[in-house]
Amino acid sequence: MAENQWPLWEIFIRSKQGLDHKHVGSLHAADAQMAIENARDVYTRRMEGVSIWVVESKYVHASNPDDAASFYDPASDKVYRHPTFYDLPDELKHM
Amino acid sequence: MSVQDLEKIFQDKIDADIRIEPKDWMPDAYRKTLVRQMSQHAHSEIVGMLPEANWITRAPTLRRKATLIAKVQDEAGHGLYLYAATETLGTGREELLDQLHTGKAKYSSIFNYPTLTWADMGAIGWLVDGAAIMNQVPLCRASYGPYARAMVRICKEESFHQRQGFEILLTLSKGSEAQRRMCQDAIDRWWWPSVMMFGPNDDASPHTAQSMQWKIKRFSNDELRQRFVDICAGQVKILGMTLPDPDLVWNEHRQHYDFGAINWDEFWSVIKGNGPCNKDRLEARVKAHEEGAWVREAALAHAEKMSRKRAS
Repeated sequence: MAENQWPLWEIFIRSKQGLDHKHVGSLHAADAQMAIENARDVYTRRMEGVSIWVVESKYVHASNPDDAASFYDPASDKVYRHPTFYDLPDELKHM
Repeated sequence: MSVQDLEKIFQDKIDADIRIEPKDWMPDAYRKTLVRQMSQHAHSEIVGMLPEANWITRAPTLRRKATLIAKVQDEAGHGLYLYAATETLGTGREELLDQLHTGKAKYSSIFNYPTLTWADMGAIGWLVDGAAIMNQVPLCRASYGPYARAMVRICKEESFHQRQGFEILLTLSKGSEAQRRMCQDAIDRWWWPSVMMFGPNDDASPHTAQSMQWKIKRFSNDELRQRFVDICAGQVKILGMTLPDPDLVWNEHRQHYDFGAINWDEFWSVIKGNGPCNKDRLEARVKAHEEGAWVREAALAHAEKMSRKRAS
């Protein structure tokens, strides 16, 4: 990135109280305050949010999609982690 | 893994409607095509603000002024969604802007036509945004995740643009004789450039097959154009106006409207830079960028100063 460019920020928006913040996209801004104000103008023009998080993109660390197969492998053979795995009689209620 | 294997995995994902995300492996040609298509779209949103901005100060009522400002603001937003999505492919904002300002990247030719009267705001909303929506809705299912997500947002917002345009024309169509003439004149001038927005005929569009295979294009230019003509031919009746095409006639056998020949010489000439406003549009963009340089620098200096202040 050239010296004189604004850094990139990832924007997360909570659409209403009780819901979690969700990634909506990114934008450039000189600092966090400006990123929040720009995010308001770019991503909440129609009341899409009640709270905004901004994170400078360079601080986001991500898993590698090339490793997805082996990375998520440990969960793939453990069906017993799901409630439907267990055989129980139909007359058993409220469980 | 060999490139062939990677390409097979990639195409299998696309065939199974699994979206491609930024860090996934993708063929260079797919990345290049996307950067071209998405940045061209982003540039169109940004340049597209100019013809309308021309009328903000002269909007006939406060209501019209407020909606026109909101529409132009949306277009800035759409440009930003698309620039941000394009940047996930590894091409930076500066580079994208540079390509626009040097004329290396194109934007939609439609914005090289002038906006001569207030009725043009109506015709742009109805026809130009209508054609854009026709193109864009299928892109909400484009194979590249960030692109598809940006398009979902854009399409949601775009529908107000078209409705406000039609409302402007509807009001004029019920007005005085002079207003009705103005309405018809705007339709006459914007119709054919809008029909051309779908791009060359399918047999002259060599990349279509590849783009369809990659699912970054879902319908061919001619399919979308036909759909657009069919819809507008019906809608124009509500305005009590006509489309400027003597060959426009319902074809019972095809269950579509037939329409006249498109002037492709004009289309290519405008693309090559000889439209009525090509020079003005580019100059306005470059001027805005250059004259805005001090704002970008000042914001950085301010951010730096604030961070020093917090540190001490």
